Amino acid sequence: MSFVARIARPTVAAARGVNTAAALRSKHTLPALAYDYGELEPSIAGQIMEIHHTKHHQTYVNSLNEAEEKFAAAQHANDVKAQIALQPALKFHGGGHLNHTLFWENLAPKKLGGGEPPSGELAAAINEQWGSFDGFKKTFNGYLAGIQGSGWSWLVKDTETNKLQIISLPNQDPVVGKYKPIIGVDAWEHAYYLQYQNRKVEYFQAIWEVINWKTGEKRFKA
Amino acid sequence: MQLLSSLLFAQLPSLIANLTSPTAASTVTATAPAMATHTFTLPPLPYEYNALEPHISEQIMKLHHDKHHQAYVTNLNAATASQSEAFKNNDVKAEIALQSAIKFHGGGHINHSLFWPSLCPSSSPCSSPSSAPSFVAAIESQYGSLDTFKDAYNKLLMGIQGSGWGWIVKRNGRIEMEVTKDQDPITTGEVVLGVDMWEHAYYLQYWNDKAAYIKGVWEVINWETAEKRWGGKKVGDVRV
Repeated sequence: MSFVARIARPTVAAARGVNTAAALRSKHTLPALAYDYGELEPSIAGQIMEIHHTKHHQTYVNSLNEAEEKFAAAQHANDVKAQIALQPALKFHGGGHLNHTLFWENLAPKKLGGGEPPSGELAAAINEQWGSFDGFKKTFNGYLAGIQGSGWSWLVKDTETNKLQIISLPNQDPVVGKYKPIIGVDAWEHAYYLQYQNRKVEYFQAIWEVINWKTGEKRFKA
Repeated sequence: MQLLSSLLFAQLPSLIANLTSPTAASTVTATAPAMATHTFTLPPLPYEYNALEPHISEQIMKLHHDKHHQAYVTNLNAATASQSEAFKNNDVKAEIALQSAIKFHGGGHINHSLFWPSLCPSSSPCSSPSSAPSFVAAIESQYGSLDTFKDAYNKLLMGIQGSGWGWIVKRNGRIEMEVTKDQDPITTGEVVLGVDMWEHAYYLQYWNDKAAYIKGVWEVINWETAEKRWGGKKVGDVRV
């Protein structure tokens, strides 16, 4: 009897805890784009945008929610091993969600200002660091081309020095710590392959036509 | 005889000069490794580009072989040429700086060279596990059944985060499954099978549906190659 009670109690408690946590925590959802899938053409094909958003990003959102649920359950069960085992999934799918959300926001169709060079303080900071906007783009494209495998390149602000920097991160590793993302470019093959195949350099050139520097300026000031 | 000795005589001053002048001597020794540099070439596919249809499309095979694999070969040759130059100049910094390019492009060349003969047309007997009696026996003794083995391999392939490869490796007589990221090659044991999980390997046909690609790959796995490699034969190995 006491044996039954002993196993039964924690199980019930754990189940209740999970329910509470699930009720309190809101699930991540796929953010809507501020433009239509076809509006970044010819730089990025509408088909790419649609698959990238509705399939790839959606999968990161779903898998992140799943990993968080498992994590909450592991926390309530006081299962540290399970919590640690879930870290790669949280990082990968959480990073995928964060990165793509930032990416959509720092893109825009031409008619909404896509490709218009940065102005104000951000432009000054870029010129200070790379001599000119063209010099910056050339350096950034070097980072993109240098990625071996899947990854992203970012223009970031180093919050310790307040200086701009370009970094590349593998897979879906998100920009964290002292760096603040300003502009990100997805260099995974799924971001360009249907349109550019192995000619990724052409994608890296075309992307600048749809970069939303207004978003970059807001992030720089924030 | 006279001609030979006069030739030797004519060259003697430069021979002596080479021995005595350190600059000239280092030039002489340095030409040896530069001349020994091997130029890697793209191996032809062991079947037609459309031979793996409908599981892997002709367009994918053409791009994958002629563009992606070729680029690894081209960049590997460029990197190894630069490295021999660095060796020649005793430039250790340059030698080290080239390591990442050699690993990436060298790995790309090694991996793709192993991959092509890991596949064969689904209409051919090589695509049947019955072509690999001793390898399948090893699978069954280690995994219980071919299906359990396939499930484990599918799970490994599906779990790859980013670009990479899933491998079946023979080590100490046993089957081991291993993921390598990007173009990292397997450097211990013997590769029996390898599946390319880079998006370029399937995206034009399967988009984000990795599971469907993996299912397709099972239809074109070359069990004859697996059997040979399991028995210790090299198939598709890059050798200098």
